[in-house]
Amino acid sequence: MGAAMTDLTKIRNFSIIAHIDHGKSTLADRLIQVTGGLTDREMSEQVLDNMDIERERGITIKAQTVRLNYTARDGETYELNLMDTPGHVDFAYEVSRSLAACEGALLVVDAAQGVEAQTLANVYQSIEHDHEIVPVINKIDLPAAEPDQVRAEIEDIIGLDASGSWEEGGAVLTSAKSGIGVEDVLEAIVARIPPPKGDRDAPLKAMLVDSWYDPYLGVVILVRVIDGAIRKGQQVRFMQGGTQHLIDRVGAFTPKRTDLPEIGPGEIGFITAQIKEVEQARVGDTITTVKGGAEAPLKGYKEVQPVVFCGLFPVDAADFEKLRESIGKLRLNDASFSYEIESSAALGFGFRAGFLGLLHLEIIQERLSREYDLDLITTAPSVVYRVHLGHTRTEDAKVIEIHNPADWPDVNRIEVVEEPWIKAVIYTPDDYLGAILKLCQDRRGIQTDLTYVGGRAQVSYELPLNEVVFDFYDRLKSISRGYASFDYEQIGSREGDLVKMNILVNNEAVDALSLIVHRSVAEERGRGMCERLKDLIPRHLFKIPIQAAIGGKIIARETIAALRKDVTAKCYGGDITRKKKLLEKQKKGKARMREYGNVSIPQEAFIAALRMGEE
Amino acid sequence: MARALYIHWPFCARKCPYCDFNSHVRAEVDYARWQDALVADMRHEAAPASEDTLTSIFFGGGTPSLMPPALVEALLREAEALWGFAPDIEITLEANPSSVEAARFAALAGAGIDRVSLGLQSLDDEALRFLGRLHDAREGLEALDTAQRHFDRVSFDLIYALPGQSEDSWRDQLSRSLGFGTGHVSLYQLTIEPGTRFATDVRRGTFEPKDADEAGDMYALTHELTEAAGLPAYEISNHARPGEKSRHNLTYWRYSDYAGIGPGAHGRRGGVATQRHRKPENWLAAVARSGHGIADERALGASEQASEALLMGLRLAEGIDLAEIGARSGLAFDTLVEPSKLALYADLGFLHLAGNRVQVTPRGMPLLDALLGEIVASDLVAA
Ligand SMILES: Nc1nc2c(ncn2[C@@H]2O[C@H](COP(=O)(O)OP(=O)(O)OP(=O)(O)O)[C@@H](O)[C@H]2O)c(=O)[nH]1
Ligand SMILES: [Mg+2]
Repeated sequence: MGAAMTDLTKIRNFSIIAHIDHGKSTLADRLIQVTGGLTDREMSEQVLDNMDIERERGITIKAQTVRLNYTARDGETYELNLMDTPGHVDFAYEVSRSLAACEGALLVVDAAQGVEAQTLANVYQSIEHDHEIVPVINKIDLPAAEPDQVRAEIEDIIGLDASGSWEEGGAVLTSAKSGIGVEDVLEAIVARIPPPKGDRDAPLKAMLVDSWYDPYLGVVILVRVIDGAIRKGQQVRFMQGGTQHLIDRVGAFTPKRTDLPEIGPGEIGFITAQIKEVEQARVGDTITTVKGGAEAPLKGYKEVQPVVFCGLFPVDAADFEKLRESIGKLRLNDASFSYEIESSAALGFGFRAGFLGLLHLEIIQERLSREYDLDLITTAPSVVYRVHLGHTRTEDAKVIEIHNPADWPDVNRIEVVEEPWIKAVIYTPDDYLGAILKLCQDRRGIQTDLTYVGGRAQVSYELPLNEVVFDFYDRLKSISRGYASFDYEQIGSREGDLVKMNILVNNEAVDALSLIVHRSVAEERGRGMCERLKDLIPRHLFKIPIQAAIGGKIIARETIAALRKDVTAKCYGGDITRKKKLLEKQKKGKARMREYGNVSIPQEAFIAALRMGEE
Repeated sequence: MARALYIHWPFCARKCPYCDFNSHVRAEVDYARWQDALVADMRHEAAPASEDTLTSIFFGGGTPSLMPPALVEALLREAEALWGFAPDIEITLEANPSSVEAARFAALAGAGIDRVSLGLQSLDDEALRFLGRLHDAREGLEALDTAQRHFDRVSFDLIYALPGQSEDSWRDQLSRSLGFGTGHVSLYQLTIEPGTRFATDVRRGTFEPKDADEAGDMYALTHELTEAAGLPAYEISNHARPGEKSRHNLTYWRYSDYAGIGPGAHGRRGGVATQRHRKPENWLAAVARSGHGIADERALGASEQASEALLMGLRLAEGIDLAEIGARSGLAFDTLVEPSKLALYADLGFLHLAGNRVQVTPRGMPLLDALLGEIVASDLVAA
């Protein structure tokens, strides 16, 4: 099959990176169209965003790879492997994997928005990989576009050349929407991004870039071949996983699935090998041949750690089995979240799940409820605490990790608690800076840097992660009218005076509402929760005390007054219809509530109680 | 066993803004045709009847005091022929307290009516105007006087907890009313029913209904005053001296059988629910077509019967006997209610439990709907 062999110098592998919404997927659309990957009729907007939830929200969640053939102005035909990545920080791991499979990147910057938090975060990662980066200033069709200012920002803030024409190493100006500059982008890719290196005759070494479950093909694996070539019929070994598989299909997405005889050195493509679970095809693994394979694996990826946890319970306890099945199925094609069984005194059986961030949490929860038709109760998000326990007569001192308030140990045994901290970088027009500084301060933040570029401020804060999972994004968005952008990285654990706060409804602790909070903010948070619950729990036949407590100490309290009148005055002529309807409605409502201490708490209360009000 | 007959007369001179009953305003009514149709509808109900004689008849509406006395008499004669009358039969008619209608009371008594329920509604002219009534307070009191002269038993209705009505003014009005010497009163709190003009008014913000807490206080006051006057509450909104309870309405609340004829009337016979066509013209057409006005006839399941018995029975101060409802519906009586809730609300003083009997206490009465939602077993209620 020699004819299929591609000359390494004619291959270009690149990722498209940017801050969220700067137009990566739209640019990918144009590249696909101009190179003839899809006809105009086959095309749709952001064609690579094929999940329902991506299309609905207009964002990319999963990176996608396509192979395009482009005949350049030099008359040569090049094989371009394009990887469109997500812009949101929660999915940064998708970007880092893609970058590891490429030699270069298109850095898309919105001509009206300029450089933003995720622009920087992604560009730094790309620089770490020694990539050739081609800046693309997009959306120049917008009336608010200021390409010259954006060029300056790219040079000042990032330190990349952007001023000259693209032929001289400057930025490419595009409108992905109207197709301006798309040919220039393709030419810049060919001219500036280096071809991959690789040795066809060396033992096979391929990076497992991504894997997902396809109902027809089973598990599909995206690979980047470094050395050697991968072919149908080969017996391969996953060097980390230690398993062996027979390759039964080799191909690429153009973006239609196309079978190929092989994936050669420097190329990106997919394989299948009759694998049933994504677990078995762990990203970052190295694939080699069983016979005459490589000695040492490639350097793998940094493993992604869930940072935000919450409980997921079916609204109707009878749906637990359905939830178990659904969560298992979802996990089959999305290994980005983790879960384990959890039981709650009042919510019954459910799962404790770990996520990469709050958007990730929201997306998984939404996919569960929509794709599997489940009504879920989500408990308060929590982070991982390292709790140092003193010794007892029967047990030695030890350190345990806790990500569920329900597992919080007896306070008397706790010596020290450590909590995860992050470094947050926030970009904002200066108008909102004051409010943002106050928000960070209220959340126990420590300011480490503040600089101004143009009319914008970049402020860095060290913040405890548990203050961020608690509606920080929502608040930031609302106080900056959506203009502030936010990025963070974990910077390790620090000691903190953390306590478990219980919420008691009618004198009974509601486990699903327990929180780990810093002592200094406990009272305020407790008061907020009590006030909110007071509005969310309907009046009952008796008065209901709602209390926030740390240990035995009540730190906040509200009371829901008892109902005084609720009766149908007239029931005459033997017509019971309306009365019966009312009773049915009451019972239906109750089925959607959970009962604690004889009090029925509506499902919404569990989620809404955790959102602090607008101050 | 009680056997009750309800006859619905759907016409009113004018529709009241709070009323969601099946009432209609028509320029002309062909009485002869209505008499024939009501007789036919009655015959249909009598056909499957058992040996029981009638223990009560109730003319409701609409405004049945607008029926010509001769029509009332003809219907009563027909009913007696079909079922026979129990010796102590109670025959009630709802009446408007206008002078025109009061003028017919003598004739109605002559036709066989022995009890009237007078729609006095208020002793205050301004309130009567708000309620859209055609009579004023003086006219109402005169009608009451006339009624007391012509009928053995008289009851009247008042509506309270009106927007802006103070507790004091209600206390005065009720105290006066309890001195009129009737053996029965019905005291309804104003509730805003969907589909009424008041519902539209409230939606538009024309007025605001009385806050539930204040209404709760007025309810307690009402119970206090009626009890002291010797007419304790025997149902949520009904008060009577001993022996003066409405036997007809007790039939519904005790969930015995009742036949209901005329537009929109509901009936229960041996576990079968009947409902007549609501619109007068449709009902007439149905009777002409098939000899009866039934729009819907449906056998009720055991759980539905049990839940209806609970809904109705717990309105009464005497409460219900779980064992009896269990036996009647064929369900184990401990599956009818949520036992833990029963105990909880008994502890809180809303229920009184004695053996198999469950009673809602005076404290529980104004909260009956909420209580029912708690104590009726979920399994009884269709999902
Ligand atoms: N006016 C204009 N709008 C554009 C242009 N390119 C993209 N857009 C719009 O910008 C929005 C975001 O585009 P996407 O391509 O989804 O952005 P993205 O960078 O892939 O976003 P994420 O994947 O969620 O990070 C869409 O509404 C596009 O139609 C452009 O050149 N001009
Ligand atoms: Mg995208």
